Amino acid sequence: MKENVVLEMRNIHKSFPGVRALQGVDFTLRKGEIHALMGENGAGKSTLIKVLTGVYGKDEGAIHLDGCEGAAAIHSPQDAQKLGISTVYQEITLCPNLSVAENMFIGRTRGVGQNWKKVNADTDKILRSLDIPAKPTQQLESCSIAVQQMIAIARAVDMECKVLILDEPTSSLDEQEVEKLFGLMRNLREKGVGIVFVTHFLDQVYEVCDRITVMRDGQLVGEYAIKDLPRVQLVSKMLGKELDDMSDIKDEQQEYEKEEGIPPVLEAEGLVSDAGIKPFDFHIDKGEVNGFTGLLGSGRSECVRAIFGADRVTGGTVKMKGKPVKINRPLDAMKNGIAYLPEDRKMDGIVGDLSVRDNIILAQQVLRGFFKPFSKAEANKIADEYIKLLSIKTASADTPIRSLSGGNQQKVILARWLFTHPEYLILDEPTRGIDVGTKVDIQKLVLKLASEGMSVTFISSELDEMLRTCSRLVVMRDRRVVGELTKEDLNQNKVMNTIAGGEE
Amino acid sequence: MSKDRKTSTGSGILTKIVRNQCFIPLIALLLLVAFNLIADPGFFKITLADNSAGNPVLSGFLVTILDSGSELAILAIGMTLVTAASGGQDISVGAAVAIAGSVLLRVLCGSNSRPETLQAPIIVAFLVSCLVAMLFGAFNGVLVAYFNIQPMIATLILYTAGRSIAAWVNNNELPVISEPSFKYFGEFIPGIPIPTPFFIAVACMIVIGLVLKFTDLRLYTEAVGINQDSARLNGLDPKVVKVLSFVILGVCVAVVGLIKVSRISTINYSVIAKDIEMDAILAVALGGNALSGGKFNMAASIIGAYVIQFLTTTLYKFHVQSDALPAYKAVVVIILVVLSAPKVREWLAGLSKRSMKKEAV
Amino acid sequence: MKKKIISMVLTACLCFSLTACGGGSEEASSTGTAAQEDSADSGDTAEGADDAAQEDSTSGGLIKVGIINNDPNESGYRTANDADLKANFTEENGYDAQFAYSKKNDEQISSAQKFIQDGVDYLLISAADTAGWDSVLQDAQDQGTRVILFDRVIDADESLYEAAIVSDMEKEGETAVNWLKDQGLDEYNIIHLQGQMGTAAQIGRSAALDKAVEDEGWNIVTQQTGDWNADNAQQIVQSVIDSKDSFNVIYAENDDMAKGAVAALDKANISHGVDKDVIIMGFDCNKWALEELFNKNWNYDGQCNPFQSEYIMDVIDKLENGEALTEKKIIMEEKGFDASTITQEDVDQYGIG
Repeated sequence: MKENVVLEMRNIHKSFPGVRALQGVDFTLRKGEIHALMGENGAGKSTLIKVLTGVYGKDEGAIHLDGCEGAAAIHSPQDAQKLGISTVYQEITLCPNLSVAENMFIGRTRGVGQNWKKVNADTDKILRSLDIPAKPTQQLESCSIAVQQMIAIARAVDMECKVLILDEPTSSLDEQEVEKLFGLMRNLREKGVGIVFVTHFLDQVYEVCDRITVMRDGQLVGEYAIKDLPRVQLVSKMLGKELDDMSDIKDEQQEYEKEEGIPPVLEAEGLVSDAGIKPFDFHIDKGEVNGFTGLLGSGRSECVRAIFGADRVTGGTVKMKGKPVKINRPLDAMKNGIAYLPEDRKMDGIVGDLSVRDNIILAQQVLRGFFKPFSKAEANKIADEYIKLLSIKTASADTPIRSLSGGNQQKVILARWLFTHPEYLILDEPTRGIDVGTKVDIQKLVLKLASEGMSVTFISSELDEMLRTCSRLVVMRDRRVVGELTKEDLNQNKVMNTIAGGEE
Repeated sequence: MSKDRKTSTGSGILTKIVRNQCFIPLIALLLLVAFNLIADPGFFKITLADNSAGNPVLSGFLVTILDSGSELAILAIGMTLVTAASGGQDISVGAAVAIAGSVLLRVLCGSNSRPETLQAPIIVAFLVSCLVAMLFGAFNGVLVAYFNIQPMIATLILYTAGRSIAAWVNNNELPVISEPSFKYFGEFIPGIPIPTPFFIAVACMIVIGLVLKFTDLRLYTEAVGINQDSARLNGLDPKVVKVLSFVILGVCVAVVGLIKVSRISTINYSVIAKDIEMDAILAVALGGNALSGGKFNMAASIIGAYVIQFLTTTLYKFHVQSDALPAYKAVVVIILVVLSAPKVREWLAGLSKRSMKKEAV
Repeated sequence: MKKKIISMVLTACLCFSLTACGGGSEEASSTGTAAQEDSADSGDTAEGADDAAQEDSTSGGLIKVGIINNDPNESGYRTANDADLKANFTEENGYDAQFAYSKKNDEQISSAQKFIQDGVDYLLISAADTAGWDSVLQDAQDQGTRVILFDRVIDADESLYEAAIVSDMEKEGETAVNWLKDQGLDEYNIIHLQGQMGTAAQIGRSAALDKAVEDEGWNIVTQQTGDWNADNAQQIVQSVIDSKDSFNVIYAENDDMAKGAVAALDKANISHGVDKDVIIMGFDCNKWALEELFNKNWNYDGQCNPFQSEYIMDVIDKLENGEALTEKKIIMEEKGFDASTITQEDVDQYGIG
C-alpha cells in the first residue's frame, strides 16, 4: 500500500439481477484529503458507498485499509464501523428528542452504568475541538439541521474513524450552514481524516475538495486532482460527452419559429416554491418544445413541479395565454390545460394496484368530476384506443399497472395525460429507466405533439435527447436558472459550459 | 384438441372463482351451513307465526341472522370505505352509535324523558342524528387526513369519550319511547313478516351500489388508498377523499343507531353496540379486503358481515359456554382471516390449477 | 413542529371531551339532585342550595371529604349513586366535598393520594378494582385520613379502613331465588342471562341461582353471558325460541337484558308477566323496569341500592361523635319487588334514572 493511503478499493464488481451496477471500479482515498465522488444518477456512486460500508456484499474485488494486513473483511455496517469507516447521510439518523451528549454516546457504552457528568464533559470537549456551536445538554431537535449534521459527523469522528463518508450532507442546508459544514470538513482534513464527499453541487466540489473521482454507468471514468480538471471537463466526463463532439447532432436539432402576436401559452414570473428553488422566470409558446437541463439536484424538477402546483407555490405570478391564473394545486393546473408526467414514476405516477384502464382515465375522470364517471364500456374503449395508439404491451386493460414493465407503465401515464388533451405537457424524465425502443417512441411522440400545436417541456438526464427534441434549453445550476440557450448555442459544449459555470 | 380447450377454460373459470374476493367469505358461509346441516337441520327451519302484536312474522335462526347481521352489514359498508381510503380502521363506531342513538332519542323526547307522544317526527330525529354522526365522522376524518394521525389512534379519542358524550346528550337520563311505530325500524312493520333491519340493510346496499356506479367514489377512494402522491398529482385531494369516507361511515353509524335504539325503545349508553367495531373490521377483513387500504370489494365485506353473524348465532344455538364464546369466535375468525389472506388464496388457486391439470392427464 | 401542533390539537380535543363529560356529570347531578329531593322528600330546595353556595364558600367548620367514584356514565346505577352523593354531601349538610371519577384503578389511586395531600378528613372510595390499594390506604392512615369504602370492598387489611358500605350481591341473588322458589311452579325451566363475566354483580347473582338449581333440581335451559347488553340477551333468548326448547323463567342479571329477552318473547308471541307463560326477573330497579313490573309485564326486580350516602353519613356522624362502630362491613338493605304487590310509590321512590 502506498504512502498516506487510508483506503484502496480495487476492481470492485457488483451485479443486481439484470443490472451490472459496478464493473471493475477502483477508488483510492488518501490521508487528510477531501475526495469528491461524482456521477449522474445510476452511475454507481451509492452502490460503491454501500459496498464500502458493508450494506451490500461485493461480487469481486478487494478493499484495503491502512493498518490492516491483507484485504479487509467488511460484511456488515458494524464491520465497517469497527474498521473506522463512518457514514453520515443526508437525512439525520440521530434521535431528535435526546440530548446532544446522549446522541454522541448512544449505543457505544458497555454495561449499564453511565457517568453522565463525564459524558457531558467529554462531549463538550469534542464539540469545542471541532467548533460546533452546541451544548451537550441541549436537545438535538433544538439545533439547526446543519448543527445536527455536524453532530452526526462529530459522533462519527469520535468513533475513531479514518474514513468519513458524507453522502449528500448539504442538500438540506442553506449557504451559511454549508459554509459551517465546510469549516468542519477542513478542520477534520487537518486532523488527517480521509473524507469521501458525495454531492451534486459543482460549486461545492470546487470550493472544498482536493480530488475528484468520476463514475459513469457503473464504471470508473477517472481520478483527477481538482486543479487538473476544469468544471466543463468534469461535466463532460459525468455526462460522457466529449467537448468537441458536436458532429451528428446539428442536423437533428429543432428549430422553432414563433408565430408573432400570440401571447405565450404559459408565462411565469418570479415563481418560487417551498422545495428550495430560487425564484425563476419561464415561458413557453404554442407548439414549442423546450427543456430544463442541469445536473441532478440542480432544481429542474422542482421548477416544473412549481408550475404544476405539485409543490407549495410561495410566490410569483403565472399567466396563461396572457391571462393571469392562480395555480395552487395540481387540479388548478389541470383545469388550465397543463399535464405533468412526474419524475418518479413509481412514487408519483402509477397507482399500482389499479388496472391499466383506471390508470389511463384517472386524470380526465378527475377533471370531469365526481358525479360523471365514465361507464365501464366507455372506459374500456378509451383504454383500448390508447393501448393501441401507444402500443402499450399489456395482457388486457384489466391488468394491474404494477405488473407492466417500466416502459409500458410510462406509456400508460403518458396516455393518461394525453387523454386530458392538454395544451401544455410537462414530461419530467419520461425516458428514465426504460428500454431504448420506447425512448425513441417517446421522443418521436413529443415532436409529433408539438407539430400539432401542443407545447411541451421536456426534462431528461440525457443531453442528446434534450438537444434532439428541444428548441430552447433553460439551464440550471444549484437550484437557480443560469442561462437560456437557443439556436446555434444549442450544442453540447455550450450547454456543458453553462452547466459548469464559474470559469468563462 | 377440443377436449384440451375445455379443460383449460374449465380451470380458468375455477381459478377465477378462487381468485374472486367473495370466494373466501362464501366458503366460510358454506362451511357453517354444512356444519349446521349435519349437527341439526332444524337450524334452517323457518316458521310463520303471529307475534304478540298479532302480526304474522317469520322466525327461525336464519331470520335471526338476517335481522341481527344487518346492522353489521351496514357498518361494514362504511368501514370498507374508511379502510380503503385511509389504510386504517375506525374503532369508535360503537361509541358513535351510542351518540347517534342518544341524539335520536333526545330529539324524539324533547325535554321529557318519557313522552306520551313523540316531540318530533322520527324522520327529523333521524336526520339530526345523521348530521351529528357525520360531524363526528368528519372529526375523525380531519384528524386522520389533515393531521396524519393513525386512524386507530385518531378514533381512540371518540372511542374513549363517545359513550360519555352520548350520556351527556340526554343528561344521563334513560329516555323510553312508548310510541309503537318507533319499534318498526328494529322489529317488524305490521303486515310484513320479514324483520325491518334487513330491508334497511338492503336499502343501504342499493344506495351504496348506486353511488359506486354513478359516482367516482370507488376510483377516488382506491387511488388515494393505493398511492396518495399519485392521486394528488392527478388532481385529487386525498384529504377530502379520506374525510368523505369517514363521513359516509357516519351515515352508516346513524342508521345502525336508529335500528339499535328502535329495538329496545331506549338506550344503555355503556353497552349499546359494544365491541361492534371489532366485528365490523372483521367483516372487512373476512371479505378479503386489505386492511392496509387500496382496492376493495363491497359485496365481499357485506357477505363477511353476515358470516360473522351466522357464526355468532351458531355459537348461541349450541350453547357454547358463555365465557368461552369470544374465544371460539376468535379462533374461527383467525382461521377465516388467514384463509382470506392473498398469499393463501394464490396458493389455493395454484392448487386448483394443478388438480385440474392432473385430471386432464 | 408539525408533531407539536398535532399533540396540541389532540390535547385540546381531549380537554374538550373531558369538559364535555364534566359538564355532563354536573348537569346530570343537578337534575339528579332534583329527582332525589323529590323522592326523598327532604326539606331543602334547589334554591336553598344555590343560596348556600353564594352565601359562604369557606370550609370553616365543614367536614372535608374526598369522594372517589367510578364514571357516572357507566350505568344508570352509577348515575343514581353519584347523584345521591352529590345531593347529600353539600355545604348545608356540613360537608366540603370533592369528587374524582375514573374507571381505572391507577387513576383512582392517584386521586386518592391527591386527596390525602389536600388533607381531607374522610376519603370515600368506590374502587374500580379490588387490588392494589394497600399502600395508599396506609398513607391515609399515617396522615390521619379516615377511609370509608362504599359499593365495593377492597382486598386490604380491615384495619386500614373504618367501614365498608356494600351491597351483598349474593344476598340480592338469594332474595330473588327465594322469591322464585315461593312461586311454587310445577317445573322450573330457566334461561339464565349472566352479566359481564367476573363482575361482582354477576358472580353474586349467578351463585345464588346455581346453588338453587343444584338444591332444588331446577333445569337450566341455557346459561350464557349477555354482557349486560339487551341486544345480546335478545339473541340468546331468540336462539332458545328458535330451537323450540321450552322454558318458563328468564333470570336476567340486569334490567337491560330482561328487556332484550322480552323483545324476543314478544316477537314469538310468548306471553310473559304475572300469571302468564314466562316469569321475567331483572335486577337494578331502573324506573322503566319497575314500570314494567307495575304493568304486570315482568314479575320481579331485585334492587341494588345506589343510595349509599345516608349510610355513609351515619358512619361519619358516629365517628365524629367518638362512637365505636359495631361492625366494619355494613350491608345495605335491599329490596326485591314483586309485580303483584308493587305500588306507584315504590316506582317513584326506588326507580332510578
